Amino acid sequence: MSMFDGFKFRSVSSAVHRMDPRAKFVYVCVLFAVAVMFSQLIPLLVLFIIQMPLVFAARVQKEWLRSMKGSAMFAVIIFGMNLLTLYFYGSYESLSAVIERSLALTVRFMVLIESFSVFFLTTSPDLLGLALEQSHVPYELCFAFTTAVRFVPVLADEAQTIMDAQKARGLELEGGNFVKKIRNYIPILIPLIVNAIRRSLELAETMESRAWGATKNRTNLYVLKIGRKDLYLVFFAFAILLVSVYVVTYIKIPNVTHLLNI
Amino acid sequence: MIKIDDIHFTYPNGIEALKGVSLDIQDGEFLAIMGQNGAGKTTLVKHINGLFKPSKGTVVVDDLETTKVSVATLARKVGFVFQNPDHQLFSETVEEEVSFALRNFGYDESTINERVTWALNLLDLTEYRKVSPFMLSGGERKRVALASVLAWNPKIVILDEPTIGQDNQQKERLRQFILQLNRQGKTVIIVTHDIEFVAECKPRVVLMTQGRILAQGEAEKILTNYDLVNQASVVLPQIAQLFTNLIGKGVPAEVIDVYDAAKILLGRLGEPA
Repeated sequence: MSMFDGFKFRSVSSAVHRMDPRAKFVYVCVLFAVAVMFSQLIPLLVLFIIQMPLVFAARVQKEWLRSMKGSAMFAVIIFGMNLLTLYFYGSYESLSAVIERSLALTVRFMVLIESFSVFFLTTSPDLLGLALEQSHVPYELCFAFTTAVRFVPVLADEAQTIMDAQKARGLELEGGNFVKKIRNYIPILIPLIVNAIRRSLELAETMESRAWGATKNRTNLYVLKIGRKDLYLVFFAFAILLVSVYVVTYIKIPNVTHLLNI
Repeated sequence: MIKIDDIHFTYPNGIEALKGVSLDIQDGEFLAIMGQNGAGKTTLVKHINGLFKPSKGTVVVDDLETTKVSVATLARKVGFVFQNPDHQLFSETVEEEVSFALRNFGYDESTINERVTWALNLLDLTEYRKVSPFMLSGGERKRVALASVLAWNPKIVILDEPTIGQDNQQKERLRQFILQLNRQGKTVIIVTHDIEFVAECKPRVVLMTQGRILAQGEAEKILTNYDLVNQASVVLPQIAQLFTNLIGKGVPAEVIDVYDAAKILLGRLGEPA
């Protein structure tokens, strides 16, 4: 679960937390696009490093590190798969070039994890829902989205309690072969799903009894406003995009293997 | 015998739930653990069947140290009925639900059948044997959960908030049932906020607050001590409140049970009890 911990909102008072979610979303989208534009190691490493100040400014380095550690296994798989595929089916001149390319694709994955981690760590589900609503997404969808996100930790707690209850009746989750392991999880999944359905029905009833959908023009207690700091972040994101487009179009990016003459 | 020696426990989120708890529970004893929300009651009892392992200190159940054996091993001795039955019900029929633990423990079919029949009969659930547990009422589901634990006849039975969601008649049946289990020699431990229920059962009471044991002793001594009860954010039982108001009128102060109270008051009125 440590990887998912790196995507759970942490309530910390920081400039990044106070930023408008829409500005942060633009930043994440730009980072995503730029990471996909490059397939060389050096620019992807630069992308990874230039996000670090944001992590420290948001004071979520511990959680961010957890998401990095949690995704390390996936990174190793991506590296291994690329290494094998490129070695046997690619047309690279040397093994070091294959390693560099595989490493670059792994760093691309880490850049994406890093930017999404910062976004989710610093943006509360409520603000995210508000941002969607103010971006003219229908309120029903925004509500469904924020509720789903908000209930993830509740379901995680419930899953733990159910596991405890079944273990107390002699269920051993660890033992047995693959099929047995899957069968072992049936007593966990059924109560979890039944309770989730019950909870959603109860929620629907309580929402309806509090005038859900009574008016089309809902008002909000808080209204998001794009401030100066948000604009700086958007400009920064677009600057990265412009520079990247320029570099991709006009500059030949050197390989590390060539630079080091390996 | 259960021996809990100076245990500490901290949740992964950093909350220190137990701060040095020591408690001895004799075989065949009836114990109620009380205290406000977050006092550490459920955390403490989850140490007895090994669901939680202490970060410091030891818990020994029948000469087995809980850190050295699996939950499944301890479960044979310790039956734990969770607060919410919906956290464990998953089978298609009540019969399958009650047989779940017996199958986990590897009993043969004839023993399973025998034990299931016994447990369903004990909890008045025989007519629901082939019914889905999800179709039953809250009180009935709670009884199914209880039957599914008692089916393997554990030596120690822990009930977490057994009275929640039960009407008065069911509560009284539950009280009789718990007393009967205790009379059969089982160690019964209940975790509850329901002070009236405890007052009627009169077990040994352990009061907890902020991860520590505040006091323990006979129900009559603990539940009539206003200062202690108040510190644990519990309210005195109604009978104790009545007799506190009658102090100085020649009636004893340590009365919590309605039948004892009736006897004393009738005696004072000069009428036969």
